[in-house]
Amino acid sequence: MGSLVWRRLRRHRLATASVGIVLGVSLLCLAAPFIAPYDFDQIDLGSIRQPPSMEHWFGTDDLGRDLFTRLLYGGRVSILIGLMAAVIGTGFGALVGALAGFYGGRVDGFLMRFTDVVYSIPTLPLLIVLASYTQAGAASMAVAVGVLSWMAIARVVRGEVLKIREMEYVEAARSLGASNARIIGRHVLPNAVGPIVVGATLAVGNAIILESSLSFLGLGVQPPTPTWGNMLMDAQATMSTQPWLSIFPGLAILVVVLCVNFLGDGLQDALDPRAEAR
Amino acid sequence: MTTYIVRRLLQMIPLMLGITVVLFGVIQAAPGGPEAALLESDRFIDPAVIEAYRARLGVDQPVPVQYARWLGAAVRGDLGVSFSTTRPVTEMIVERLPATLELMGASFLMAAVLAFLLGVFSAVRQYSAFDHVGTGLSFLGIAMPVFWFALILQLVFGVWLGWLPVAGTATIGASSLGDHLLHLILPASVLSLRYVAGWSRYLRSSMLEILRADFVRTARAKGLSEGVVVWGHALRNAMIPVVSVMALNLAGLFSGAVITETIFAWPGIGRMFVQAMFSRDYPLLMGILLLGSSMVVVFNLLADIVYGLLDPRIRYD
Repeated sequence: MGSLVWRRLRRHRLATASVGIVLGVSLLCLAAPFIAPYDFDQIDLGSIRQPPSMEHWFGTDDLGRDLFTRLLYGGRVSILIGLMAAVIGTGFGALVGALAGFYGGRVDGFLMRFTDVVYSIPTLPLLIVLASYTQAGAASMAVAVGVLSWMAIARVVRGEVLKIREMEYVEAARSLGASNARIIGRHVLPNAVGPIVVGATLAVGNAIILESSLSFLGLGVQPPTPTWGNMLMDAQATMSTQPWLSIFPGLAILVVVLCVNFLGDGLQDALDPRAEAR
Repeated sequence: MTTYIVRRLLQMIPLMLGITVVLFGVIQAAPGGPEAALLESDRFIDPAVIEAYRARLGVDQPVPVQYARWLGAAVRGDLGVSFSTTRPVTEMIVERLPATLELMGASFLMAAVLAFLLGVFSAVRQYSAFDHVGTGLSFLGIAMPVFWFALILQLVFGVWLGWLPVAGTATIGASSLGDHLLHLILPASVLSLRYVAGWSRYLRSSMLEILRADFVRTARAKGLSEGVVVWGHALRNAMIPVVSVMALNLAGLFSGAVITETIFAWPGIGRMFVQAMFSRDYPLLMGILLLGSSMVVVFNLLADIVYGLLDPRIRYD
């Protein structure tokens, strides 16, 4: 199945290019300690507020720190938060959806009403309150974003599971004496993998945007650790005099989120068994 | 339809109760409790003063008692007293609500007009240059960090071109309706961006489906002009699912207003929310979150009702 999906995804040219770009950016960021031309907190008062040049590709900030270096290091944290939040949110959402769909009845009623409740509370304001409680590190940020991004996936997975649990292979597994946990883990969830993967992909982009919004309000990961979000926050006051300081981090977020969304779109088409083979 | 609406209204009661429980729990989880704000300004307060303060706010009682008291007051429209201003929360919200509703309304209108134009024209000219550019722009609009877009607009239209004011609601000493509307343009554009992008995509695919329908062919065969076919027959049917999505998204505008109002110093609820967060004004935060959640619940119902009204094939019983 994996190779079939990959073949169909390859036909979606935008999605293929997006995979390349996201992987490229992520690898560059991961390799930051080896390839970055400077240290991310190396202050150089002799070259502050430099516009982009050969020595400093993307310019320098108020303390003479190299923006390109900081973007690479910032990307590590921003992308990591996006991935972690997506894993937490999707994992929890898939679990809730699977339990609700599989057991039905009261369990379903309770879990889905709970989902409705959380879905009805405006996400960003609630996230702002949660983030103001936590020590603003990358891990707590990912958890805060993750626990508020599971509702959509829970509903989708529940719908899939409702269909899957009536399948003969589930019946067969049950008659062979498999436990409910085994049936959910081995038979139900793997067959609902399509919407889960698509949801998780889109959640990564969403989480990166949410992290940057929190950073804008000063609630994100705190300096000196750079993230794309808090770099943008630092740069907003100097937008008119040193525009490069805000343009590059903003572009980094835009490009990564855009590519992740294209990939999600491509995966949706590739994983949809009803889609015509083009 | 009436039975359906009544049933939905009844279902709203447990939903709203659930929302208040979750919100109350979140606010309860605040580290340090309400006296933390007091202690931040002065570390050496007499513990007796703090006890008195906690007793006055009622936070010395067990949590269920506090919740029952809060709920009892809330259903009578009393959301408690703000920690930072000691004014009733309801009064503060009502004062700021018009500015937020105005911004939400303007953004909604702007997004609807642009999305309809974009959606219809890209569907009519599928795979044309216009369609490709529109699709590209929509993807950009969805992936754009909102405040970054706002900063760029402020830089371009406020600083470089000097066409539009970048903050506030009026020029001091020269306020007029026209001046006020000028102040509205940038924040409304920023807030509407994601919805222009989303709704136009949605309308495009809905239009593409409808344009292939038999009744559209019939309309053309009757000799009706292309304009009447597209804007009259096709759009009226294609917009049904889109309109219910638009109603659902109305509540999302409230979330977006938090960031937009903060950037543009727009004196609405969203900005007040951010200020309340910094001063740990929990009753005010709770009140605003409750207002936002009520909006979501009401607009969800509205979306379903509108859907039923527009599409005679949908039967609610």
